[in-house]
Amino acid sequence: MASEGVEKLPEVGHEQVPVVRSKVDWLVPVLRLLAFFATLSATLVMALNKETKTIVVATIGTVPIQATLTAKFQHTPAFVFFVVVNGNASLHNLLMLVVNFVWKKFDSKGLVPLAIASLDLMNVVIVSGGVSAAAFMGQLGRDGNSHARWNKICDKFETYCNHGSGAIIASFIGLTLMISISTISLVRLRNTYNKIVLNSSVGV
Amino acid sequence: MIFSKRFAVFVLRFLALGASISATTIMITSRETVEVLNIKFEAKYTNTPTFVYFVLMNAIASGYSLILLFFPAKNKFGHFILVLDLIMVLLLDSSISACLAIGQVAKKGNSHAGWLPICGQVHKFCDHAAIAVVAGFVASILYFIIVLYSIHNVMNLFTLKN
Repeated sequence: MASEGVEKLPEVGHEQVPVVRSKVDWLVPVLRLLAFFATLSATLVMALNKETKTIVVATIGTVPIQATLTAKFQHTPAFVFFVVVNGNASLHNLLMLVVNFVWKKFDSKGLVPLAIASLDLMNVVIVSGGVSAAAFMGQLGRDGNSHARWNKICDKFETYCNHGSGAIIASFIGLTLMISISTISLVRLRNTYNKIVLNSSVGV
Repeated sequence: MIFSKRFAVFVLRFLALGASISATTIMITSRETVEVLNIKFEAKYTNTPTFVYFVLMNAIASGYSLILLFFPAKNKFGHFILVLDLIMVLLLDSSISACLAIGQVAKKGNSHAGWLPICGQVHKFCDHAAIAVVAGFVASILYFIIVLYSIHNVMNLFTLKN
């Protein structure tokens, strides 16, 4: 008796149950798809971020000496962390999108919603770390730091900086979407188990 | 059983409050003036927006903890507090990550960008900031444990088997 009470939505007419169900069920998968695309694009844009520039360093007589400078994302550990974390998050979003539709067959203990919520939580926290580190390194590259005598590099490598900031913006969008997914999952988890406790205590 | 759960959460929040307050104060008081070749270097936490962000986030987290210590446990804001806890973990973790990125550049420099490491000249400031970041790391872990504990309290695993 207590287990049956969990499946039904409370106090709706019998015809209205399918409509309310399907309206709510598509929110999280759509958000996950968008978050997957956002983090995937952030990963790819930053991973392919590279700019080579040849500048004249000195002139001996009439022969200019040129130096070739390359700006790659691997030069900065913060950007490496950013790429790794966003790759992880996009893989997580893809997997959770698939699990969202097929978990009911494999779940005998009811632990899958808890696992999804916990993994979401951890990925949100880690992605926020990656985004913030990359954003502050980008700000350092754009403005330099006069106190530490660090010159800015964005005036020489404009394409590199623009691609980097595009990747960071995409990751911020992905982070916002993942925060909303995680919030919705946690609130739903709490609602589901509050209902279980309520029903089981009522049954007793 | 309910009392022990409330007590555990209270103790965790108290420890988290202590950690974030200590991270804030240690970072604010880190200051060093060094004279090298008649040039005065003054290293303060306001030189980098990263450290300012770190101080701000830890101040917000400690204010939040202080308010929440005096909240009654059984209230109808349970969902809201869970979401706010998650947001606090997020902010703290992002501030730590940014400080680590900047600290790595300060300690080792970045030869590709022509940035020299400055920790050799202002090593007391560097150590001070490192201690503040460690305290912030402890605060971040404690907040994460609080969120996990709240999720664990929400559901009792043994009522699932029905």
